[in-house]
Amino acid sequence: MVLIRDLAIQGAQMLLVLALAPLFTGFVRKVKARLVRRQGPPLIQPYLDLVRLARKEVVLADSASWLFRVIPYLVFAATWVAASLIPTFRTGLLFSWSADLIAIIALLGSGRFFLALAGLDVGTSFGGIGSSREVMIASLAEPAMLMVVFTLALIAGSTQLSTVAEFMASPQVGLRVSLGLGLLGLIMVAIAENGRIPIDNPATHLELTMVHEAMVLEYSGRHLALIELSSSLKLLLYVSLLACLFMPWGIETANAAVPALAIGIGAYVAKLAVGGFLLALFETSIAKMRVFRVPEFLGAALMLGLLATLLRFVSGSF
Amino acid sequence: MSRIDFDIAHLLAGTLVLISFLELYQDRLYALLNVYAAHAFVLAASVAWQAFVQDAPHLYVTAVIALLFKAIAIPVTLHRIIAKLGIHREIEKVVGVGSTMLAGIGLVALSMVVMLRVTHGADPLAREDLAFALSVVLLGLLMMVTRRNAVSQVVGFMSLENGLVLAATGAKGMPLVVEISVAFSILIAFIVIGIFLFRIRERFDTVDVQALDRYRGERR
Amino acid sequence: MTLTLALAGAAFQLALGVCAVIIGRAAAASRLIYGASMVVSAISLVAAVTHLLGAAASESLTLPVGLPWLGAHFRLDALSAFFLAVVDLGAASASLFALGYGEHEKTPERVLPFYPAFVAGMTLVVLADDAFTFLVSWEFMSLTSWALVMAHHRVPDNVRAGYVYLVMASFGTLALLLAFGLLAGPDGFYAFGQMRAAHPAGMIGALAMILALIGAGSKAGIVPLHAWLPLAHPAAPSHVSTLMSGVMTKVAVYGFVRIVFDLTGGPAWWWSIVVLALGGITAVMGVLYALMQHDLKRLLAYHTVENIGIIFIGLGLALAFKSYGMLFAAALALTAALLHVFNHSLFKSLLFFGAGAVLTSTGERDMEHLGGLIHRMPQTAFVFLVGCAAISALPPLNGFVSEWLTFQAILLSPQLPSWGLKLLVPAVGALLALSAALAAACFVKAYGVTFLGRPRTRTAETAAETDGFSLAAMFILAALCLVAGILPGIFIDALAPISTALLGERMPVQIGSQWLSIVPIAASRSSYDGLLVFAFIAMSGMFAAFAVHRLASDKLRRAPAWDCGYPDASPATQYTATSFAQPIRRVFGTVLFHAREQVEMPPPGDGRPARLTVEMSDPIWDWLYAPIAAAIGIAADRLNRLQFLTIRQFLTLVFCALVILLLVLAVWS
Repeated sequence: MVLIRDLAIQGAQMLLVLALAPLFTGFVRKVKARLVRRQGPPLIQPYLDLVRLARKEVVLADSASWLFRVIPYLVFAATWVAASLIPTFRTGLLFSWSADLIAIIALLGSGRFFLALAGLDVGTSFGGIGSSREVMIASLAEPAMLMVVFTLALIAGSTQLSTVAEFMASPQVGLRVSLGLGLLGLIMVAIAENGRIPIDNPATHLELTMVHEAMVLEYSGRHLALIELSSSLKLLLYVSLLACLFMPWGIETANAAVPALAIGIGAYVAKLAVGGFLLALFETSIAKMRVFRVPEFLGAALMLGLLATLLRFVSGSF
Repeated sequence: MSRIDFDIAHLLAGTLVLISFLELYQDRLYALLNVYAAHAFVLAASVAWQAFVQDAPHLYVTAVIALLFKAIAIPVTLHRIIAKLGIHREIEKVVGVGSTMLAGIGLVALSMVVMLRVTHGADPLAREDLAFALSVVLLGLLMMVTRRNAVSQVVGFMSLENGLVLAATGAKGMPLVVEISVAFSILIAFIVIGIFLFRIRERFDTVDVQALDRYRGERR
Repeated sequence: MTLTLALAGAAFQLALGVCAVIIGRAAAASRLIYGASMVVSAISLVAAVTHLLGAAASESLTLPVGLPWLGAHFRLDALSAFFLAVVDLGAASASLFALGYGEHEKTPERVLPFYPAFVAGMTLVVLADDAFTFLVSWEFMSLTSWALVMAHHRVPDNVRAGYVYLVMASFGTLALLLAFGLLAGPDGFYAFGQMRAAHPAGMIGALAMILALIGAGSKAGIVPLHAWLPLAHPAAPSHVSTLMSGVMTKVAVYGFVRIVFDLTGGPAWWWSIVVLALGGITAVMGVLYALMQHDLKRLLAYHTVENIGIIFIGLGLALAFKSYGMLFAAALALTAALLHVFNHSLFKSLLFFGAGAVLTSTGERDMEHLGGLIHRMPQTAFVFLVGCAAISALPPLNGFVSEWLTFQAILLSPQLPSWGLKLLVPAVGALLALSAALAAACFVKAYGVTFLGRPRTRTAETAAETDGFSLAAMFILAALCLVAGILPGIFIDALAPISTALLGERMPVQIGSQWLSIVPIAASRSSYDGLLVFAFIAMSGMFAAFAVHRLASDKLRRAPAWDCGYPDASPATQYTATSFAQPIRRVFGTVLFHAREQVEMPPPGDGRPARLTVEMSDPIWDWLYAPIAAAIGIAADRLNRLQFLTIRQFLTLVFCALVILLLVLAVWS
């Protein structure tokens, strides 16, 4: 009975993130538009986009291989599995012990690995420019995120995300310096990994300013629908991660009764709304950086993570 | 002292170190002045918190002085001077941002090791605040050493000063030193800027940047 | 029983080598020799694995060969059994690969005699139980591999590679000789058992550790002693490159582990600082060098340097924990390092086999002349992809497991009381994370430029798939990579006898964990389940495929790639390896390699092409090797005058030497 209930909760979590991801992207776009005094597309536009793309014919380049057609499924699978392991409305998910924070980072890394290969597959320079910039950004963003994970693991005593989230929700955590540094580092990494301004412009159509869009330039139809869904899911993943680690109020830790879960879901949706609004505000208020300023930005994030870990190593009270 | 007092004091001291790193990252002069204003603001908050926790009302005066002079008056004045004299606003660095940040991390590690070993038996809050204060001092010094622009060197000096104030307030007692050091630093800053301006005027008979540009030694 | 079997196997391989000298030029000689070698290695592998899994007791044997008062001691304990398994697995798969690859060898008589001898040499190193046997086998291993590097001696690069290799190998053996001399003590106890009982610690143990690090480290490829590796490994034939990169470097790691963990006494706390610092620097420098390469084999060789760095980081952590008596954490770190030894030998062999297959099919090693091979060599491309994914530490493959365990060991280190370690370990953790991310970038480049895209030359357009034996070897290794990633608990438990023998502690029993997950410390702290992650990914992928198949359109049309309206016929417009690495070269290479780019742009109207020149220098070669070589040259020139002295001057030299020795005797006795 307990097993069935836990399985249902895990399943509900997986479907919830999948259902909410396009809505979150639509919400961010709407807020960005309103902040610059435009009407903006409707909130459900990303769903309509996915349906439209799914119905279209795939136009495949002559030089594309079987790997090109398989990669959207691989990327989607890796991102969905990673997103399912982040506690959204309840900690203690049934399979949370099978992959910890380091494994989640590595899963996202494998998604990025295959997407970079897809950029190189067709053999044009657009894909090459996207892939080479993406791996440069990843080579600094991933270590920065790992250092933040180390800081969290050293504070909470575990790398398992459920345990860390429960620790953060408990009163023993306190306001620590290293947590503050870790929060800042994680925000910087989240912006970089999702290709938001100031690292990359998700709405651009100019090849020379693209990173993510250049890698997926050749995708169309149902493949592009899967890739778009994966990037929405990845954005939702990072915002959920920030929410469950640094805004843990309202998350359900022990109780599994339906009203408590409903409160958890409501709190989660509210956190998403706040996160989306802040993201849109941030993106509207600054400009995109030059490409070779990005390593300095991410180097700073890596240094913040390293400093936070160093402080934890040096003394337990930091 | 309860856990939460500890944590907030650490948080404010850690934010001061963070803002010092942020100063090292800037490459435009106006942005640097804004970050320095934030540095002084956090210092004022930290001193005020220390006043609250240590129950020492004279430290409130120090906090207000830091807020008025260092966070508001000095940045605004420097802003005006830079605008009026047309001093070029990009900060030239001796080494790149990455190497500077790495050196900064090394200095923070060094100050942690030194302070936590030397003050082994002392009160834990004071020890760790001293470690952060030494980090801020060293980072200010790093900024003075790795910048070619005189105004950014002055800002480095003033953030070094902020670190000393943090150290003095962390250790209980010695109130007057803080006020005197604040006054001293304002004096030094204005003297430095005055010298800078007088030298330019006497060398070139003008402080007009268009005319000065012809004599600029290092062209990139 | 297992020991005699392994020794008999080594003796048989030596006999095969002698045999190959006689029948080397015969048509079927290649198949015969490689086949026999493969069978012998496979038998030895099975024996070693049985010994290890069964946690059998150590076996010893003394043969009356070698020095008359010493004999030749051999011993098979858990550590030797593990490394014997690694050697045999590498040798068996290389022999299987060579059954197909060896047919393309133009001068088989230069390769066939030395190949089985090389395998025999490595086996004997791992089994040796006294210093003399160890050093003789080590030198034998170096010399046979040198002969294999010089197999294609008409290529001038290979001659230089062989020369550098010989110098560095001799230097390494000298360091090891001195280390064993120190451990043997003034009474000359050369047997390992006697050295163990003597328990040298303090100054002698420290010096022995440093010398072992230099000696074994130069063979393994630690920066700054790595310079021979990227020259020699690509120069040898592909199956030999595999053995050198995937297996011989591990034999060097064995040498280090044996001397430092087994023969010296308890480590001092500062030993780990040296090992950790060198490991971290090696990891990052290795992968950065690899990113700058466009020769496929040289890239793989530099990448071996990175993985050796990761192994030494694990070993350094184990030393740190051992010196403070935290044996449980030491067992975790040691197991992580040894598991990475095994994993690396698997996927590096796989990648070198792939590079060898590409070399035989196209005759090219330079990535910038390849491209689009996924269409021409689909099976090789598939297994090479598995190898790239494994080495980039992507779950659910095996590279991720050993890296995850190393990270868990790093997370246990705040308990170490030393300040130096408190500051060094986070920095090393950051370096490890950085090298892992850069490795993924490196293999996106290697795979993408070689196999994906459009063919850049005629040879790439007309390549054919390689033969069945090579493919079989690669598929077996790829399957093993997947198995080791999904069921890591078995492999971790197999390594437990080693940590029990060397440290006295072992990791918790993994078999029997819930759903076959691995729990390195405690279930509340961290766990990883490769099988479940693999199952989840597979299920999500199939669910997506099913949903798309039912709900979306299934129409597909081929068309030319997007070209901005300009018909783009030439494959030269796609990204090359150098251009792919340009952002990373600009971020990291400007500081480390003095990378400079220069563009010569002809004026408008001029029809000449623009020219982009990239200049880089190797700081370690310029600052360490070149000055030392120059100094040796100058010293040799000066000393040359000794050849042209008169007879009276020679007699004076002898007379002075005699008088000095007599003086020393007089003063000292």
